[in-house]
Amino acid sequence: MRFWNRIWSSARAVARRSRMEREMDAELRFHIEAFTEDSVCRGVPREEAMRRARIEFGGIERAKEECREARGVNFIDSLFEDLRFGLRMLGKTPGFTVVATLTLTLGIGANTAVFGVVNSVLLKPLNYPKAEELVALHQVAPGAAGLADFETGLLLSPSMYFTYAEQNHAFQSLGVWVAGTANVTGLAEPEQVRTVEISDGVLQALGVPPEMGRWLSPADQIPGGPERVMLSYGYWQRRFGGDRSAVGLNLTADSRPREIVGVMPQGFRLVDAEFDLVVPLAFERGKLILAGFGYQGIARLKPGVTPAQADRDLTRMLPIWMDSWSNGPHTDPHVYETWKITPNIRPLKREVIGNASDVLWVVMGTIGLVMLIACANVANLLLVKVEARQQELAVRAALGAGRGRIVRGLLVESLMLGLLGGTLGVAFANGGVRLLSALGPANLPRLSEISLDTRAFGFTVLLSLLSGLLFGLIPALKYSGSRASLALGSAGRSMSMSRERHRARSVLAAGQVATAFVLLVSAGLMIRTFQALRRVEPGFTDAKHLQVLRVSIPDSLVKEPERVTRIQNGIVDNLAAIPGVMSAGFISKMPMEGFDAPWDAIYARDKVYSDDAIPPLRLFKQVSPDFFRTAGTRIVAGRGLTWTEVYRLRPVVMVSENLAREMWGTPSAAIGKQLREFPSMPWHEVIGVIEDVRENGVQEKAPETVYWPSLMGDLYGPGNLGAVRTVTFVIRSERAGSAGFLIDVRQAVWSVNATLPLASVRTMQEVYDKSVMRTSFTLVMLGIAGGMALVLGILGIYGVISYTVSQRRREFGIRLALGAHPGNVLKMVLRQGAKMALVGVVIGLGGAFALTRLMTSLLFGVAASDPVTFVAVAVLLILVALLACYLPARRAMKVDPMAALRYE
Amino acid sequence: MDKKQMELLQGTLDMLILKAVSLGPLHGYGILLRIQQISKDRLEIQQGSLYPALYRLEHQGWISSEWGESENKRKAKYYRLTAAGRRKLQTEAEKWNRMADVIAGILQSTPEEV
Repeated sequence: MRFWNRIWSSARAVARRSRMEREMDAELRFHIEAFTEDSVCRGVPREEAMRRARIEFGGIERAKEECREARGVNFIDSLFEDLRFGLRMLGKTPGFTVVATLTLTLGIGANTAVFGVVNSVLLKPLNYPKAEELVALHQVAPGAAGLADFETGLLLSPSMYFTYAEQNHAFQSLGVWVAGTANVTGLAEPEQVRTVEISDGVLQALGVPPEMGRWLSPADQIPGGPERVMLSYGYWQRRFGGDRSAVGLNLTADSRPREIVGVMPQGFRLVDAEFDLVVPLAFERGKLILAGFGYQGIARLKPGVTPAQADRDLTRMLPIWMDSWSNGPHTDPHVYETWKITPNIRPLKREVIGNASDVLWVVMGTIGLVMLIACANVANLLLVKVEARQQELAVRAALGAGRGRIVRGLLVESLMLGLLGGTLGVAFANGGVRLLSALGPANLPRLSEISLDTRAFGFTVLLSLLSGLLFGLIPALKYSGSRASLALGSAGRSMSMSRERHRARSVLAAGQVATAFVLLVSAGLMIRTFQALRRVEPGFTDAKHLQVLRVSIPDSLVKEPERVTRIQNGIVDNLAAIPGVMSAGFISKMPMEGFDAPWDAIYARDKVYSDDAIPPLRLFKQVSPDFFRTAGTRIVAGRGLTWTEVYRLRPVVMVSENLAREMWGTPSAAIGKQLREFPSMPWHEVIGVIEDVRENGVQEKAPETVYWPSLMGDLYGPGNLGAVRTVTFVIRSERAGSAGFLIDVRQAVWSVNATLPLASVRTMQEVYDKSVMRTSFTLVMLGIAGGMALVLGILGIYGVISYTVSQRRREFGIRLALGAHPGNVLKMVLRQGAKMALVGVVIGLGGAFALTRLMTSLLFGVAASDPVTFVAVAVLLILVALLACYLPARRAMKVDPMAALRYE
Repeated sequence: MDKKQMELLQGTLDMLILKAVSLGPLHGYGILLRIQQISKDRLEIQQGSLYPALYRLEHQGWISSEWGESENKRKAKYYRLTAAGRRKLQTEAEKWNRMADVIAGILQSTPEEV
């Protein structure tokens, strides 16, 4: 209250300046006259009374000035004066202003852009109503070996979903979902689209109303009932042109007509999944067993319920789940007790963001350091400028300007610079954000939500002011206290350089080198990480010439498993016949394709297993003959599959090298051994051992893998064949990726069956690049930051040295005149620069040692304190610093003694 | 005139002004007279510092001012205490009294007490 009173009183005083002056005059005059009047009454002559009144009162002008001060008029007045003066000073030194503004624009712009991304991805709540109540039903199962390394933990089974959904106390609604694909036919070309299959409760939990139509309802989840589907906004626009009459139409997905009941709004994603169709899961309740852990759980907590309470609620329901369902006759439902299933639900936001936060915070930190360097640079420029103004400042101090007033004047100038840089920085950041969204890894979560909002602008304003304060305070404090006499006496006649005068600038330059060192080391570590990743053999070769594409043959299109295999075989033959193709094959899933393949336990005939323990789970894949040869995956021992074996349903199998070593010691010992998945399955003979494949990205350990033939017999009783229906075709060709080649490929597929859509048509190089995208994104960002730091840091050193040289011209002239060797002068200057660089590098070493530890999670195959990187960066920085000194040093060497002395 | 005038202790002028106007609205000169009258001319007040103090107190919202007419029909600016000023005066007076007691206590102490 009182605060506003004061502001108001000051504002009034300033606004009605002349009236206040008039009133003040009148008031004081009244005082003097009243005093005089009283004296006259006591008998003093009027003339004398007036004189006495004035003497008693003291300095009228001083009193007035103090009154103005009391009202805060002076503060505001002089602030305007400072602003005007600051603007004039900036205008008078355009070179300085342009360089400083550019530096700040770059620094603030880059920081705003990165903050915009951090804010959009990490800080803003998810795009759902009351998003803080949403959780992912994550659970761990340390007892289920194999599943335990899984980043996703133990997914939910349908029976688990029913138990949780019906018996819980902690959730408003709860559901499960899984991402998949479907073939849509009858619209244009056959097309494979992305689907999310959901149970009841998922849309209710997310709480986002449909753009039009309605949500999928519990009635739509009844198996055998009318089949329904919802569209995403994008798909609705793309396929129906945004026509509102699309609701109610039928869409043929996987050869089955489904009625469109609604469209979800623009920008709606299911957790992190982008999709075209929402399809009901429609579980057949009567046929469910305990197992089938393949679904992501999502739920909305009741208000006030904590995740820990919800965890306890889920834990309570696990025994109910085991008692309510079974895996079939003669199985023990309580076998899952050995899995030690532990609910560990987490906020949905964490699930969506995943490990992106590591990268983004590291990038934010490095860009922040660049800002520090930029500030140091501007501070250095300001120091030079203020030094040139020292005489003026001294005169002002001598005339009675207070220290505070001088500091404020200098600060106002630097704050103006900061705001100027900030304003231009926002424009720069706008472009930067667009660049970041384009550059950002496709798997960066919430990429589409990235934008600059009010919080980002607030950040920019704050950053501008803070940086203005930071680089302004250094020269302001240094020079505001200059001894007037000293400065007046010595300015203009610079003797040889005094150490004192340049210490601040040298310290700043060394600080810049230190910061640049830290950034360059971080960038260097990312380069080393990238090299290490490149050295890893992923399990395929020459990815550029490996074309991959996915084709799915639903059983609504082709019922008999053997015909599925015949069609796939036909496609492989057609593909192999395309000119320029060396070989072709297919597999149920290529490495790094970004979705899950099935996992299960296997039993070897020569091993003994106890009844109550489930052996470790292995990754299962199904392959065609020629696949390994095509992909370039080495067969370490034994041999690959043949088509004859496939069609004759020979019980053969291949295993990965690490699995062979784990079970039988050596790859060759595995050949001829027998294994199976479950007791009613015939024993399969191991015919080949395959090199390890980096299934989940080059950083991740290769999982133990079993390769089954694409067509298998007697799986679920005699005559019951099983064929893999969705496969990735792999084609080795020099022409991979070219448009003409893709036409040939399409033709090859469609000449076998014209209704088959081709999905995810890529080269393996693209798949690989995407899997190392996180690393390359970080590399590019740190590279940019490191580059900026290097340039700014070098400019800093160059600035200090060349300024010193210009100050010492006279001294150099005398030295040369007295017979100093020019080489010695050169050495002297270089030594000064080298000293700064060395000090910077030593400080930087300490800083980098402490800070690079924070990026350990981003590194691969290289230690955070990698000596090679540290030494290389140190050498690089010192060399570049010497180079930056060399130019001014040469100038020093060539000083003409006569000219230098005459000049003074 | 009594020549044994005391100089004002630092920081007490504000309190005296508040006290003076608490007894009724006064113009600047009136405040000066009122303080001298109450103190029986034992305090010396720098007239030049009176007005800055008044402006400061008004700026802080403890007194308010308006133009009125003086006893001899002249235009003069009158100051009056605000509600906030009254509270301020009370706390200042209490603080002053406590301080005076403590100081007096110290000065009166005898060697035995220490």
